Amino acid sequence: MSTHFEQWDPGLPRARRGAVRSLDAPRCLSLGRTAPPPDGSQLTPPPRMTVRERLHQKISAGFYRHGLLCASYPVPIIVFTAVCILTCCYPLLKLPLPGTGPVEFTTGVRDYTVPSQESQGDLGERPEWYRGPPVAYIQQVLVKAAVSPWDSKLVPVDAFRSPLGRVFTLLEEIRNHVHSDSSGVRSLEAICLQVTDLLPGLRRMQAVLPEHGCLLVSPGNYWQNQRELFDSDPDLLKTVHQHEPKGLHTSDTLRDLLFGVPGKLSLYSRKRVVTYTITMALSNYDARFLGSLRARLKQLHPSVNCSLREDHMVHVHFKEEIGIAELIPLVTTYIILFAYIYFSTRKIDMVKSKWGLALAAVVTVLSSLLMSVGLCTLFGLTPTLNGGEIFPYLVVVIGLENVLVLTKSVVSTPVDLEVKLRIAQGLSNESWFIMKNMATELGIIIIGYFTLVPAIQEFCLFAVVGLVSDFFLQMFFFTTVLSIDIRRMEEVAGRGRDAAPQPGPLRPREAPPPPRPSPHTITLQTPAFRNLRLPKRLRVVYFLARTRLAQRIIMVGTVIWIGILVYTDPAGLRTYLAAQVSEQSPLGGDAGLPHMGVAPVFPRGDPTSTLSVLPAPAPTPLPENQSRGHRGPAPGHAPRAVPPIPQISWGPEDEEVWRRLSFRHWPSLFSYYNMTLAKRVAALGLAAGVLLVLLLFCLYRVLCPRNYGQNGVPHGRRRRGDLPCDDYGYSPPVSEISPLLLRGHSMDIECLASDGMLLVSCCLAGQIRVWDAQTGDCLTVIPNHGLRRSSSSGGWEQRDGWDAVGMCESESLGGVDGLEMDGGPVGAGGAGYPLRRRVTPARPSLFVDQPDLTPLIDTNFGKQPPSQALADNGFDFGGLVERAYNEHEASPTLGFPPSPPLAQQRRRSLGDQPILPPERPSPSPPDWDSSVWALELRGNLIAAGRSSGKLELWDAVEGSLRCSNEDGVSGITALAFLNNRIVAARLNGSLDFFTVDINKPLGLVQYRGNPGRSSMPPSPCYSSEDVISCQLTRSVQCAHQKPITVLRAAAGRVVTGSQDHTVRVYRLEDSCCLFTLQGHSGGVTAIYIDQTMVLASGGQDGAICLWDVLTGSRVSHVYGHRGDVTSLVCTTSCVISSGLDDLICIWDRSTNIKLYSIQQEVGCGASLGVISESLLVTGGQGCVSFWELNYGDLLQTVYLGQSSEGQGVRQLLVLDHAAIVCDFGSELSLVYVPSVLEKLD
Amino acid sequence: MAEANGQPGARARGPYIAVITNRTTNMVIRGVMLFSVGVFLALVLNLLQVQRNVTLFPPDVIASIFSSAWWVPPCCGTASAMIGLLYPCIDSRLGEPHKFKREWSSVMRCVAVFVGINHASAKVDFANNVQLSLTLAALSIGLWWTFDRSRSGFGLGVCIAFLATLATQLLVYHGVFQYTSPDFLYIRSWLPCIFFAGVITMGNIGRQLALYECKVVQEKPHHD
Repeated sequence: MSTHFEQWDPGLPRARRGAVRSLDAPRCLSLGRTAPPPDGSQLTPPPRMTVRERLHQKISAGFYRHGLLCASYPVPIIVFTAVCILTCCYPLLKLPLPGTGPVEFTTGVRDYTVPSQESQGDLGERPEWYRGPPVAYIQQVLVKAAVSPWDSKLVPVDAFRSPLGRVFTLLEEIRNHVHSDSSGVRSLEAICLQVTDLLPGLRRMQAVLPEHGCLLVSPGNYWQNQRELFDSDPDLLKTVHQHEPKGLHTSDTLRDLLFGVPGKLSLYSRKRVVTYTITMALSNYDARFLGSLRARLKQLHPSVNCSLREDHMVHVHFKEEIGIAELIPLVTTYIILFAYIYFSTRKIDMVKSKWGLALAAVVTVLSSLLMSVGLCTLFGLTPTLNGGEIFPYLVVVIGLENVLVLTKSVVSTPVDLEVKLRIAQGLSNESWFIMKNMATELGIIIIGYFTLVPAIQEFCLFAVVGLVSDFFLQMFFFTTVLSIDIRRMEEVAGRGRDAAPQPGPLRPREAPPPPRPSPHTITLQTPAFRNLRLPKRLRVVYFLARTRLAQRIIMVGTVIWIGILVYTDPAGLRTYLAAQVSEQSPLGGDAGLPHMGVAPVFPRGDPTSTLSVLPAPAPTPLPENQSRGHRGPAPGHAPRAVPPIPQISWGPEDEEVWRRLSFRHWPSLFSYYNMTLAKRVAALGLAAGVLLVLLLFCLYRVLCPRNYGQNGVPHGRRRRGDLPCDDYGYSPPVSEISPLLLRGHSMDIECLASDGMLLVSCCLAGQIRVWDAQTGDCLTVIPNHGLRRSSSSGGWEQRDGWDAVGMCESESLGGVDGLEMDGGPVGAGGAGYPLRRRVTPARPSLFVDQPDLTPLIDTNFGKQPPSQALADNGFDFGGLVERAYNEHEASPTLGFPPSPPLAQQRRRSLGDQPILPPERPSPSPPDWDSSVWALELRGNLIAAGRSSGKLELWDAVEGSLRCSNEDGVSGITALAFLNNRIVAARLNGSLDFFTVDINKPLGLVQYRGNPGRSSMPPSPCYSSEDVISCQLTRSVQCAHQKPITVLRAAAGRVVTGSQDHTVRVYRLEDSCCLFTLQGHSGGVTAIYIDQTMVLASGGQDGAICLWDVLTGSRVSHVYGHRGDVTSLVCTTSCVISSGLDDLICIWDRSTNIKLYSIQQEVGCGASLGVISESLLVTGGQGCVSFWELNYGDLLQTVYLGQSSEGQGVRQLLVLDHAAIVCDFGSELSLVYVPSVLEKLD
Repeated sequence: MAEANGQPGARARGPYIAVITNRTTNMVIRGVMLFSVGVFLALVLNLLQVQRNVTLFPPDVIASIFSSAWWVPPCCGTASAMIGLLYPCIDSRLGEPHKFKREWSSVMRCVAVFVGINHASAKVDFANNVQLSLTLAALSIGLWWTFDRSRSGFGLGVCIAFLATLATQLLVYHGVFQYTSPDFLYIRSWLPCIFFAGVITMGNIGRQLALYECKVVQEKPHHD
């Protein structure tokens, strides 16, 4: 036993482990029966399972679920991912564009000297570019002015006129300032930066920008620095605005240039303070001249509350253009990068759109990089590495491998699976690899981090964050894209392959069934190629994808935008060119003359550009910045210098006002403090990782139903309204299969048997009906007293007195009444037997050459022996009858639907004597006071075993009792009818073998041949003239110590299972007991045997044993269920078992590994059948579900009726011609399965 | 790839001659490809070094590196061709065909990492030379582990790196060129690591190219 147990090790790493459905959860048992305490060994975790394996398994399962999730909600996930990417990339907006961002360096102004040209070894924290003289020094004089006091009579433009007018006097002052000391006399002309022509394209600017002279810029330039023009200007604002570019503009506007402050500060300040600057560009730095100028200005405009610092100078370095020498390696790396991407994406195969997926892969990597940079920036780390340079390496480090592996894995999953399962499986298969890979890479990168080289650390940091975000994107973005792609591919494939399914409404009973292919050759649409009804949103997406609408719109938009730029921007493209020039000539810009803006000022032949090949810093004396504490007394309307106008004050924000110009061109001051950032950097990577993990987790909690993998639960609770759609939104077409309802029984169906042609059912009322299994016509009703019963004096009241009624009346009052009786006797004699009989499905027609045709009806007798049932609070049979009784009382006339007369008519039309078998005097009258416990059908003979121990043989066509045998007294619990032998198992454990003899008066045996089904062996047909006798040939008195619960016959063997924990195998011919199989630790409740001598048994202990019938040895032994095993079916590859825990488990037959389990409806656990090797059918609440057996994939659910909420399917019988019959309350439902999946390979 | 396409047409009727020409042309084509790759990489990487003033050639060389230092790229090209042909040869001699990551994407990755190592050696500012050398050594070993993982590859890489370092020492000793701040006799201490990584990379490329020959040879029986 132990070896077997170890063999069944659920921990075995197996590719399919990912498909493991949730394990059995303890459930409320349907029959109010307490579950037996589970066998301890059943639940012990598998013994030998290393941490690695467990981890492997967990990762695998997690990825599986994740795959399901991604494939189920593609659009929301893509949207979510896009939002994530955008959010993470948002900080990038603040970053300088690569290569153009200026860098700064601040020095004290006091001991400033022009840095030497060559680098001097150790410069401390001096930047490398801080060498050689700067191109220019920028000095700004900031003017803030306001009209004070503000008179309400003034018009708004007056707020500008006077303050702006002051600029001219100031300009004059500055221009004329002369500083003379021992070294000579200097004026601004001497030290200012001389400019020559404007660029040819900037004629419009000629009027306002200085040419051939000092570069001195102020708002006065609008009026050519002439006071007269200013005074005569009727509309100042218009003059200012006429130079504004119309529409969109990319560079700083002229106003920004002239005012020298950000646009929003200059004119339209809320407090009517006008702010502007006078900007001077100096070619060399003369501290004394500037000092004197400053003193002069201060003297002219004393500033009261000026608190500005004056002691530093900011050097701004604009990156030089990348030279050809640097470009070559860069280009090389990019070429290598593209080759890498090309060779990688070339491997993507078997998908709908290679290009799409390749694009998605590249997008994944690129976005992860952007996210990485964005996240790093968000956490305060400014990238100092040249982004363009490290970018290819980052891509290579992050790699496209996972993406490719994923694609490969997914496309190599079986094509016929549902898309989301394919995704899930593919993901799960590669989960271990992916995780391992990622862990390795992270490890390497972390090692790299500990090299403590700042550049490498930064690189590693980016790589770590990039890896994590790449993983995130792979899991969410790429997987989802992949699922969409595969869905599209299958849609296309399915469209090509599918014959359009013929959806039809619920067929009326009379409608002829559609032509059915013979079993095992039917090829039906595989699930993957089912017609998918796409949700609207996807259709929209597809529409967009098909027409490339988005791309076109974007393209057109871009073109229009570029056009607008070209034609509306004053400088247009030329500004852009000029910007290039300015980058070439490193420009120092204090007070934030943004290089873009200054650009037009520099002609191409700017002498300064030759000053240094290397980028030159631009030391900029800031201190004089505040020298002009010019307050607003100037305006004429304010004649006296008003005591401080409160709104004009100097503060640190004024000092920094130049920084706010062209904000994105100033990288952080901390560029050179990378070392201090190092610690934050480490935490950042971790934080990003943790954040993502948390995010994932939350997403799971929110989106993923916890029991996602349990196929049964979501379906189990579904109602008619919600189809068994996957959450993605499409549902398998339901209308394809329409059940045929066979109405006629008045109470719940109890027994069900079929031989392929006919169908016999027996309800709780004891009425036996014979149906045509193909058309669903009711052929015979036994007993046929339905009409009379309704006219009789309402038999229910007679129940109590019925015992006194003579036998002679039995016929006249009919079986229905009689069977009401059996509630009485049984209730009296045995209280409630747990009679949940199950008719296990007949096998497909395997019996070609054997005389014994099929396995027979088996009543799977409850889980308990009747003796125990007394003590137990088991299934109360009496209660059920009582319920039926009450229902019946409520509407006595509706007890029988109109089919009985019809059936009777039909029967009459067969031309037989209506009621009694005429030539048989011997059969004792039918026994109506016992219920039918077992039913079997062979040919046209129905064998019915009754609770009284009586065996009756009925003519299925005529409804007449052909013979009966009352040799036994113990109730017949199970019957097997093979060839001409009947085996009956009794409640007392004895086993009776009967032989059916036919005496043919006419000496002829007719065979009811069916022209259409030559493959079936003809069933012997007994004509009505035959005298049929049933003789007990052998009775094995003590076959079992306890009641026999299950009886199966096939392949010339009869197998019985009993409450005494044993299984016995008999030979059919001579009733000889071949083996007694011991191995169960509880009563045997389910047995399966088929033509190939596969014998499986399940017991109350939840164990399933496989036996070798030839040797009687046990092949394997697994514990599969909590509680009884109620039903067992084997296919060539797997064993399907159901238990009282309402789980259906599918086991691999060779390895005994549980492949997966399906949670069933409460009480419907035992109804299952196998239609073909790969199609499983299970019953549910008012529906039957078809499953793909190999992968546990729900194919279809067929609803049996419209208003069938509470009815569960308890019995399910598979007929030979791909039809199934199941009980459905008092009705039978015949479901043809045209769309059975049959794998041909 | 190119030779793979060219092969079927080149195959003549005569079986013996065909095989010989096949092999030879194959080898030549491979050699040429490897040579060009080597030259190209040498140019690019040298440019990196020159840019950073790591290597000092005589002044005229800086003016036109392509003309005066003409001998560097051909040397590198020849070396890489040799290495690239040697690797598959040794693989077949040892009878242990290289199976690890035989894809062009992997090769490209390898090349990119190699360039990255060079880049790091030239551009990243390390605190001291020991750190730089150790980092590069670790990177090189990592390169080998990631893309090669064969003992023969490792052995060959170490040998060739040693020889190449020796050769460089000699060259510098004789004043052909010099390093700005030599810390390992006359050269930089990271040079062996670079050589090692280069050998691994070229070996990788060579093996990948040789794969086509194998394919062609294998496909031939099917064709006939």
